[in-house]
Amino acid sequence: MAETTMAHAAHATARPDGLKGIAADWSSDQRAFKNVSWGKAMMWIFLLSDTFIFGCFLLSYMTARMSTTVPWPNASEVFGLHVGGVSVPLLLIAIMTFVLISSSGTMAMAVMQGYKKNRKASAILMLATAALGATFVGMQAFEWTKLISEGVRPWGNPWGAEQFGAAFFMITGFHGTHVTIGVIFLLIIARKVWRGDYDTGQRGFFTSRRGQYESVEIMGLYWHFVDLVWVFIFAFFYLW
Amino acid sequence: MTDTTANGHAHDRGHEQTVAHVSTDQHQEHPIRVYLIVWGWLFVLSACSYLVDYVHLQGILRWSLILIFMVLKAGLIVAVFMHMMWERPALSYAILLPPVAVLVFVAIMVFESDYTALMRMTFFGGGP
Repeated sequence: MAETTMAHAAHATARPDGLKGIAADWSSDQRAFKNVSWGKAMMWIFLLSDTFIFGCFLLSYMTARMSTTVPWPNASEVFGLHVGGVSVPLLLIAIMTFVLISSSGTMAMAVMQGYKKNRKASAILMLATAALGATFVGMQAFEWTKLISEGVRPWGNPWGAEQFGAAFFMITGFHGTHVTIGVIFLLIIARKVWRGDYDTGQRGFFTSRRGQYESVEIMGLYWHFVDLVWVFIFAFFYLW
Repeated sequence: MTDTTANGHAHDRGHEQTVAHVSTDQHQEHPIRVYLIVWGWLFVLSACSYLVDYVHLQGILRWSLILIFMVLKAGLIVAVFMHMMWERPALSYAILLPPVAVLVFVAIMVFESDYTALMRMTFFGGGP
């Protein structure tokens, strides 16, 4: 058994790359993902399904906007802020974008520190990521409050096409939910890293499995995906 | 690992864990410089796409710039922050190819919404 294990591992490292590698890895006698654990593969597959959900939201928004004969509200003005008597277009959205990108950077650093077994650094960077994420959600709550007080509803608004409110609340609401869930899980993983659960092999409270520092990377995949979705929302909903 | 096991069944499980450990041991560990450079570029690209709106570019220039900055940002995040450029093609193709179906769906709905808009203008008198 031990010999076959070693032979399998040695074989796995010497596999072909490129298109031949895809065919070889996906062959019927093979495990498709050679150097990716089931946890990471399943997170990727979940993110793929989430891509379809957000993709369908954005393309239904496109359909509503293209097929309406009523003018679409000008996002640049709707989301503008008045700072010291000067109207700055999209100011809050720009700040939210930079906050989310900063959090993506701190998350990437946390993953790196985790693999270096710098527990404290990794946990602090994850807490910073969570704080930036919470800031983002807070600013989104402010934005929602402002728009609702100005009369934006899912069935209408003062500036134009009625579908604007429905698309806005649906898309940003779903994204904000993702950020909130991400913040909660960041806090959970940061606590585990801080305690050293992944060094002592303590079993998790939910699956009762021993975690590894790969959990930090999987958490990072989710968090970067949230940032990725915002890139598309920013481009299509706010800038277009 | 196997010396702590008490019976044959646990003995086998010990070996399975060894297999899993061997095959997942390759961390995604990369120099900090790569992350910092990508982080910086993400800031620059975000600032550029905000400037597109700030200086009131219109028409085809605005849309093409928005799309270019969007694709560059998305590509950097997926390739470097999510480590896709270091994964085996078996994974990256499995994850990155299916979203092409969304683009096909977009193309279908472009025709559909053009048709809907035409019908609305024809039968409801072209809006306000």
